Amino acid sequence: MQNNILICGVGGQGIVLTSKLIAATAMAKDIPVMSAETIGMAQKGGSVFSFLRLGDDLYCPMFPEKTADLIIAFEPAEAVRMLPYLKEGGKVIVNTHPIVPVTVSLKGTAYNGTEMLEYLAKNVADLKTIDGEAACKLVGSPRALNMIMLGQSVRTGVLPFGIDDVEETMKKTVKPQFVEMNSIALRLDI
Amino acid sequence: MHKEFLMGNAAIARGAMAAGLNVISGYPGTPSTEVLETVAKNNDGSLYVEWSVNEKAALEVGAGAAYSGARCMVTMKQVGLNVASDPLMSLAYIGVKGGMVILVADDPGPISSQTEQDTRTFASYSKLPCFDPSSVQEAYDMIQTAFEYSEKYHTPVLFRPTTRVCHGYASIEVKDENECAKNKPEGFVRDPMKWVIFPRLSFKAHGDIEKRNSELSTVFSESGLNPTFSGSGRRGIATHGINFTYTKEALKALDVEVPLFKVGTPFPFPEEAAKAFLESVDEVLCIEELDPVIERGLIYVCGKYGLKTRIFGKQTGNIPTAGENTCTSVKRAVASFLGIFLPTEEKAEDVPPLPVRPPVLCAGCPHRASFFAVKQAMKGIKSVFCGDIGCYTLGNAMPLDMVDTCLCMGAGVNITQGIGRIDPDTKCFAFVGDSTFFASAITGVVNAVYNQADMTLVILDNSTTAMTGHQPHPGTGRTMMGQVVEKVNIEQVLRGVGVTTVETVDPLKLDEAVAVVKRVAEEKGVKAIIFKSPCAVLIKPEKPAVIDNDKCINCQKCKNLLGCPGLVLRDGKIAIEESLCTGCGLCAQVCPVNAIGGGKNAE
Repeated sequence: MQNNILICGVGGQGIVLTSKLIAATAMAKDIPVMSAETIGMAQKGGSVFSFLRLGDDLYCPMFPEKTADLIIAFEPAEAVRMLPYLKEGGKVIVNTHPIVPVTVSLKGTAYNGTEMLEYLAKNVADLKTIDGEAACKLVGSPRALNMIMLGQSVRTGVLPFGIDDVEETMKKTVKPQFVEMNSIALRLDI
Repeated sequence: MHKEFLMGNAAIARGAMAAGLNVISGYPGTPSTEVLETVAKNNDGSLYVEWSVNEKAALEVGAGAAYSGARCMVTMKQVGLNVASDPLMSLAYIGVKGGMVILVADDPGPISSQTEQDTRTFASYSKLPCFDPSSVQEAYDMIQTAFEYSEKYHTPVLFRPTTRVCHGYASIEVKDENECAKNKPEGFVRDPMKWVIFPRLSFKAHGDIEKRNSELSTVFSESGLNPTFSGSGRRGIATHGINFTYTKEALKALDVEVPLFKVGTPFPFPEEAAKAFLESVDEVLCIEELDPVIERGLIYVCGKYGLKTRIFGKQTGNIPTAGENTCTSVKRAVASFLGIFLPTEEKAEDVPPLPVRPPVLCAGCPHRASFFAVKQAMKGIKSVFCGDIGCYTLGNAMPLDMVDTCLCMGAGVNITQGIGRIDPDTKCFAFVGDSTFFASAITGVVNAVYNQADMTLVILDNSTTAMTGHQPHPGTGRTMMGQVVEKVNIEQVLRGVGVTTVETVDPLKLDEAVAVVKRVAEEKGVKAIIFKSPCAVLIKPEKPAVIDNDKCINCQKCKNLLGCPGLVLRDGKIAIEESLCTGCGLCAQVCPVNAIGGGKNAE
């Protein structure tokens, strides 16, 4: 068994933590893990990604195009940017709330994510859209996005573990005062 | 042994600790920074850890410790080795007593560096043994081997992972505490014939080094550090580092097994192992990043032993000469070399134009205010703005557009002097951050004072080394191990070397800052402005700014002048992105109709 997962978005959205939680949960189940992510200058408002691989016979923390089982996209344009990595029949989960880069708002051109979502709908058979903003309001915290996305990813059944396993890892990772909020976010059914 | 999920850099740190590390020194630089930080985090108090003022200092501190029998590691990125190269070249002749590993992280791409230089090439130039790990597990194991070789051969050795090994994560086998080596340094033993470099000593050492390296080439060939893997056919692949894993993945995907040669010690080149491999094949594809080190090594071996094997790689156009390889690019190169047909990538149709996301100065970053103040003050006056290395290089982006040059650490101070010699009518500015100032700009200021330059030095003092992840430095008053120490005061340093005009101002007080720049720029000679305001990431943000929609005329000057990510357009109207805004108040000061409140100005 092997899983290739690609998590993508914009610096500051909590992608690294999401990746760490998946990795730690797999480790707890004795599943070998490798990952690679953007670190450094690109984090300052740039596109960030995390490649994550679970299973046996892994050599490389990254994987080639057309081999991702699941793309977890925290931003619509970033989903489209990374779509070449999706394998045929792979799944995509995307947060519909766009993040407008400074360069775009400077030029006054419109980027609002709609075009990206239309493109995804046309090109991805197995697409789940999440209104991240609305979901965060349901949970009651603007910082819940990564746990909401993680919960939804577990629901796809692609990952070799369930919500209880992830919750267990989360409890060991985040500060005690955030456990309850994160549990609600993980278990949010939308 | 037990399993842990570690970043490559953490694995290097933990491996070094397992090898009995006593001392680690370094200067931050992506992708090397986390090595020293991991040692600091896991230090039970028995290790000496320091962020040095620059790589040269770090290497010299390490050398002294190694003379005294300590096992030490010195960490830096590839361009840092240029700074440390003076002591390094001589230290190669002097040698060490305790094991000394110089960790130099290379950055193919380059992703966050000025150059694509290859430390394997530096290894052959400096005649020092070099180790090149291909994975997180191998990095953990190989750093321990590197210490063994260093101590056995009394020489510093280079250990050069690349970004994808440094920043890759894997669940790996690590030693339990009781399996780790311990080293008790003997202390410095006086021996001028050994530790004092003189031409006579260097002549002898040179001969010894060449002899040792020739011997090491054989030892490395037999060591298991340069393994060959059997496969079918007369076409083979030679590779290294992360490219080895790309190659393994490519062969798996293409469902073929070909003879493979993995070079773990590019210098001294394992000639005998290479010869045996070359004799087993007719053609070899070298898959490398940065310089064609293996490719040239194999061509040399072919020439030396009269082998007819043909070598392909960067010099034959099979592998790009610049930039990073990827799983996808290596798969294509391997398929093409082996004559396996891969369908050409059909370009996905009608992909909507993707927004570009270049890195930008953070919302609330005081550097934005500093650049803007100088820009306002010098409007209409012929000026040149020399930048330097740090977050503030991002001041080059529109709309600030305030970086005319950037070369290497500390260069801006001197470059601006050179421009001033040719262009005396130009107001010459050099911008430098606090950490870079300490690392390598002080000598430039002394040069300017001594040679009577006419320039304005602008110190962007945010009290941290922000770009690489907020490391302390001499001006912060705290060391890597959290010790509180006397701050080295930048203003006093400047006055001490003879800069008489030094003005310190908060750049977020715009009018005041502009007035200071105007006044100081008018003066002749070398003068300095210190823009002092802490890094926005390190302070608790104020309440976000608030736009009074009754007053706002939607002229968008705030956004168009400052380019702050906290200012966005919503349905064609300017708005505050509350998740980013730190309430620094700069936008409120440029608003022509006073429509922006909240933030710092709120009561």
